[in-house]
Amino acid sequence: MTDANDTLLQVDGLCIGATVYPPDAKPHEIAIVDDVSFSLSTGRVLGLIGESGAGKSTIGLAALAYGRGGVRITGGSAVINGRDVLAIGRKDLRDVRGSDVCYVAQSAAAAFNPAHKLIDQVVEAALAKGDQSKASLHERAIELFRTLGLPEPDLIGNRYPHQVSGGQLQRIMTAMALCSKPDLIIFDEPTTALDVTTQIDVLAAIKHAIHETGVAAIYITHDLAVVAQVSDEIMVLRHGKTIEHGNTRQIIEQPADPYTRALVNVRTIDHPEAPADGEPLLAVSSVTASYAGSSEQVLRNVSVELRPGQTLAVVGESGSGKSTLARVITGLLQPSDGQIRFNNRLLPPALAGRTKNDLRELQMIHQMADVAMNPRHTVRTIVGRPLEFYFGLKGAAKKQRIAELLDEIELGPEFADRYPAELSGGQKQRVCIARALAAQPRLIICDEVTSALDPLIADGILKLLLELQRIEQVAFLFITHDLATVKAIADSIAVMYQGEVVRYGTKTQVLTPPYDDYTDLLLASVPRMEIGWLDKAIAGRRMGSAGN
Amino acid sequence: MFSRIPVSALLGMFVTSLFLFAAVFAPWIAPYPLTEIVGGVWEPASSQFWLGTDNLGRDLLSRMIYGARTTIFIASMATLLSFTLGSVLGLTAAVIGGWFDQLLSRFVDLLMSIPTLIFALVVLSVLPANLITLILVMGILDSTRVYRLARSVAVDINVMDFVETAKLRGEGRMWIVFREILPNALSPLVAELGLRFIFQVLFLSALSFLGLGIQPPEADWGGMVKENKDGIIFGIPAALIPAAAISILAIAVNLIADWVLNRTTDLKGGRSGH
Repeated sequence: MTDANDTLLQVDGLCIGATVYPPDAKPHEIAIVDDVSFSLSTGRVLGLIGESGAGKSTIGLAALAYGRGGVRITGGSAVINGRDVLAIGRKDLRDVRGSDVCYVAQSAAAAFNPAHKLIDQVVEAALAKGDQSKASLHERAIELFRTLGLPEPDLIGNRYPHQVSGGQLQRIMTAMALCSKPDLIIFDEPTTALDVTTQIDVLAAIKHAIHETGVAAIYITHDLAVVAQVSDEIMVLRHGKTIEHGNTRQIIEQPADPYTRALVNVRTIDHPEAPADGEPLLAVSSVTASYAGSSEQVLRNVSVELRPGQTLAVVGESGSGKSTLARVITGLLQPSDGQIRFNNRLLPPALAGRTKNDLRELQMIHQMADVAMNPRHTVRTIVGRPLEFYFGLKGAAKKQRIAELLDEIELGPEFADRYPAELSGGQKQRVCIARALAAQPRLIICDEVTSALDPLIADGILKLLLELQRIEQVAFLFITHDLATVKAIADSIAVMYQGEVVRYGTKTQVLTPPYDDYTDLLLASVPRMEIGWLDKAIAGRRMGSAGN
Repeated sequence: MFSRIPVSALLGMFVTSLFLFAAVFAPWIAPYPLTEIVGGVWEPASSQFWLGTDNLGRDLLSRMIYGARTTIFIASMATLLSFTLGSVLGLTAAVIGGWFDQLLSRFVDLLMSIPTLIFALVVLSVLPANLITLILVMGILDSTRVYRLARSVAVDINVMDFVETAKLRGEGRMWIVFREILPNALSPLVAELGLRFIFQVLFLSALSFLGLGIQPPEADWGGMVKENKDGIIFGIPAALIPAAAISILAIAVNLIADWVLNRTTDLKGGRSGH
C-alpha cells in the first residue's frame, strides 16, 4: 500500500517535555509527548485523535519544529523530505515552514489579520519566497478558492476577514496553507469551532482539496467520527502516548484497545422518553425578544412547555436564539412580548421583580465552567454560598451538606478546599452542577454544558445529570447544538432556527420522519461513526447550511 | 518562602523597610533634634554630622529621618484614602452602570481635566493649612486615577459568568462588589498601589517645594530640597540628599510592586498567594 521510498514525514521516538509548577510541590519535568513514532507518505492523511492534553497539537506543531511557550522538544527526530527539522538551524527551518509544511489553526478568526484583505494574506507566505509573481499567486489562490467551494471565488479574496462567515474563513485558511504548494499540511481542529451544518461543508471542502492537490496531511481532532471521514489512518493518543495506530477502517470497526473502543462507542446512553402529560412546570408562551438598541427580533413567538422532572432539549446552531431563550427565562433579558409561567404562576419578566424563591427554584449551569466559577473562591465557598444564601445553613450543617453534594456529583469531600484552577474540565462542570443542586431547584437550565468537554467526559456528565434527575426529580431545559446529546437525554425537543421554533414535540415525534428541511439538515449533519458517511450526507441534502 | 522571591524584590523590601524603620522610630534614632541648630551653615559630611548640615546649620541626617516620617506618613494616608475611595466607587460604578456610572465617570473626567498640581495649589491656598486638608486634597485628587483603573478592570469582570450566576442567585450589590469582583480586581490594584504611593511622595514633595505642603520648621523631603536648593550653585550637595532619598524610595517600592504584579497575574489562579 505504501512504498517506503515516498515516505514524506518520518517521526521517530518524539519526546516533548514541559516544566510544571504545582502549588504544593517542587517544580518538576513532565512528558507531554512520550516516545511517539509514525511515518506518513505523500498524499496520505493521518488522523491524530485524543482528549485534551493528549499531546495531539504538540505533535502536530513538532512537525514544524515549533514548541508552544514553555514546551521543549527533548528527543527524537522528525524527518521531512530527508531533513530532520528538529536538528536544522533557524534559517533552514524558515525554508521548511510555510513551504514544505503548513499549518491550519483551530480559530481562523484569530489567525487572520483584520486589517488586510484576505487574498493578500493567502499569498503572503508564498510571495515571501520570491520565486513567483504576485499575479500568478493570486491566480492560484482564486483556483484554490474554487476548489474549496467558496462562493464568488474571483472576488471573495478582496474582502476583509470580518466580511466572511466562520466556515468560509476556515476554508480560506486552508487555501492559505495550500497556496505555497506544501508537501504536508497540519490541520489542528479546523472544524471544532463551527456549527455542525457548517462543519460538514468545510470538512467536504478540505477533503476535496486534499484529493485535488495530492498533499499529505495530519488531521488533529477530538472527534473520532470527523476524523474517520477524512483520514486514511488514525493514531489514538492518550497522555502523550500512542494507544493504537492503524488504518481508519480497522480503528472504527475493530478497535483493539479498550480506550479506543470507549471512544468509538461514546454517546450510547439510552434514555426512555417520559410521557408528556400533566401540568407543565414551565410554560413559555409566544415570547418575542430583542436586545436593547436593536430592532431585530432574536426570538419570535416562541412557545414551549416542560413538565416536572423531565428534560426539554432546545436544539439549534449559533444565532438560532437558544441562549437568548435561556436569558429570557432566567430574567436576564426582558421579553418584548409573551409570558412565562412557572409553577402555575406568572413569572415576573425582570430579574429584579422575582422573589428569592423564584430564583432558588430556577437555576442555571453555564457552558464554560472555567468562567462560571469565581477563580478566587474555593469549591467550599462556591457550593456553600447557595446553602447559606437560600437556607441560612451555617457551620457544621453547611459543611455536612457540602460533603453530601460533593458526594452526589461523584467528587470526594477533599475537593472542598480546592480552587477552580486546580480542577479538570469535567470536575469544574460537576462543581457547577453541585452549586445548582445546592439550591434544591425545580428547574435547571443547562446551556451547552457538555460542549466544551471531551466526549468521554461529556458522557460522564450526561449520565450524572440523568441520575440526579431521577433522584431529585428536577427538570432540565437543555440547550445544545449537538443532536447526539439530545438523543441521549431528552424527553421532548424544540428545534430552533433563526429565532423561531421550527419543530417541537416529544423526542419520538421530532426524530421521526417526515422532517422539515432544517431538521433534516441538522440530523444529516451530525457526523456518524461510519466510513463514507460524509459523501452520503452531502449527496442526500435538501437544504444548504445557513452559515455557508 | 524567601527562596521564591527574586533578588530585586528582596532588595526593594530591604530598602523600603529601612525607610519605614527610620520613619517609625525617628525620635529614637535621630542623633539630633529636628529643629535645633547644631553647627555651621552647610557644613560638609563629618563624623559629627554624617550628612553635613543644612542652610541653617541643622543636622541633615536628623532632618532626613524626621522627614521620612512626615513624607511616608502623609503619602501612606493619602494613598489609603485614594484607594478606598477610588476602588469602591470604581467597582460600584461598574456594577451599577447606567446613570450612576455616567455621573461619576464624567465628574472624574472633570477633575482629571484640571492639572492636579495647579488644582491642589488653588485648593490648598484657600483652605486652612493643616495635615488633614493636605491628606484629603492629595487623596481625593489621586483617587480619580484609581477610580479609572478599578472601573475598567471591574467592567471586564462584571460580564463574566460567575458574576451573572451571583446575580441570578439574587445576591446584593455588596456581595457582588466585595466578594465576586474585588478579589479578582485586586492584583492590578495592588500593583498600582506601589505606583500611586510613589506619586503621592512626589506630589507631596512638589507641594512642599512650592511652599504649600509641610510648613517649616517641620521637615519633609520636598521642603528640604527647597531649603537647600540655593546651595547647589556653591557646589553644596545638601539639596541632592533628600532628592536622592525620594528616588531610592520610588525605585524600592516599585521593585516590590513589580514582584507583586508578576506573582498575582501568573496562570496558577487562586492559590498564587502560597
